[in-house]
Amino acid sequence: MTRQKVLVLWLADSALDSSVVAWSQWDGAGERRHIAGDEERAPYANGVMALRDGWRLFQVSPLAPHYPGTETQTSYLKYEFWFEKLAEVPEG
Amino acid sequence: MADGADLLTTTQMAQFAARGVLEFPSIVPSEINAAYLDMLGAEGAPAVAAGTPLSRAYAEGSPIRAFVETPAVQGIIRSLVGEEPLVDHHFSHVAYSPATMKARGFSRPQDSQHWHQDSTIDTRQAFDIQLMWYPHEVTREMGGTRYLPGSHLRIVSEAAIGRYQNIAGQRHVVCPAGTVLALHHGLWHGGGANRGEADRYMFKLRLNPRVRQVRLWDTRDLDARHGPQQPIFHITTPRANDDLASILLEPQPWFEADTGRLELINRVRLWRYLSGDAQFDADYWLSRLENQPGRRIETAG
Repeated sequence: MTRQKVLVLWLADSALDSSVVAWSQWDGAGERRHIAGDEERAPYANGVMALRDGWRLFQVSPLAPHYPGTETQTSYLKYEFWFEKLAEVPEG
Repeated sequence: MADGADLLTTTQMAQFAARGVLEFPSIVPSEINAAYLDMLGAEGAPAVAAGTPLSRAYAEGSPIRAFVETPAVQGIIRSLVGEEPLVDHHFSHVAYSPATMKARGFSRPQDSQHWHQDSTIDTRQAFDIQLMWYPHEVTREMGGTRYLPGSHLRIVSEAAIGRYQNIAGQRHVVCPAGTVLALHHGLWHGGGANRGEADRYMFKLRLNPRVRQVRLWDTRDLDARHGPQQPIFHITTPRANDDLASILLEPQPWFEADTGRLELINRVRLWRYLSGDAQFDADYWLSRLENQPGRRIETAG
């Protein structure tokens, strides 16, 4: 059976080779449980390093215009990149 | 000390404006820490109606009353939210050890809490504080509160930030008994996973100000530190260690290239509120944006 592993990297700007500022992983193959606050070091220095390690990029956050009146307000992290790897797991 | 309160310094207030959090190791005496833990084991913490003035919230002689009347804690409260704030709520947090979880019939240890901002979307410039009191030593294994310095001015919706697992620059509370953290209400945080041998306790108290939070700390050096604008980018002389602009503009490892600058702008706005100086700026961030044709701006001369 095939299962999906997901890696999300938040980068310093909209370029895939900019540095990682936050990261998350969820493992559909069940090999490892990732929880909030469990790592102090990012798995990759930037998004391209994840590609080179076999992660497939499947979603990128768009660049949205700034709403008038809220241009200097900060909120969620902006530069979100979703990657996947497929893993084979035993039946049952 | 003023009226039994050790007021904060201008440097501490600027650090609070920049980081959204101040740490005060071992400021609560051991007998008060012990009395609080004894109370939890006996009758538990009292319930207090939301909006109760702090001076009427806790019984004379009770451990929580003794905690808030500690001079260092009084100084934190008066400097950040002023005289007689309101008790929004308190809560006695506990992170169970793996042994306790097993004894309670759970098949696995407690997970860490997702990142969140307390309450809900909050767009005020006035701010509440949250005091986190650790009445016993917290080791790294015990999963002390995780928090993100500098995240307090981000307008987000509570657990919507739970998607982030790890953020560059995140910190975990590791502290001696009697330590207190003072948080801006917007600071991103979450409880850590306790993998130690003992349960971990933390008392959290949220306070609402009833006065404008302007110049409430020890401001004797404030005016002298609100000097003219300094050179930026091309600098020929290093700045002093206690330079106010440098404290306010301290970057964080999680800053994005562009929005990190917006954080600095919003810190300057917060400092204008705290200092009551509507002209204050650090490294020209707001002066540049406020310069419109026909409108006079302050100059270095």
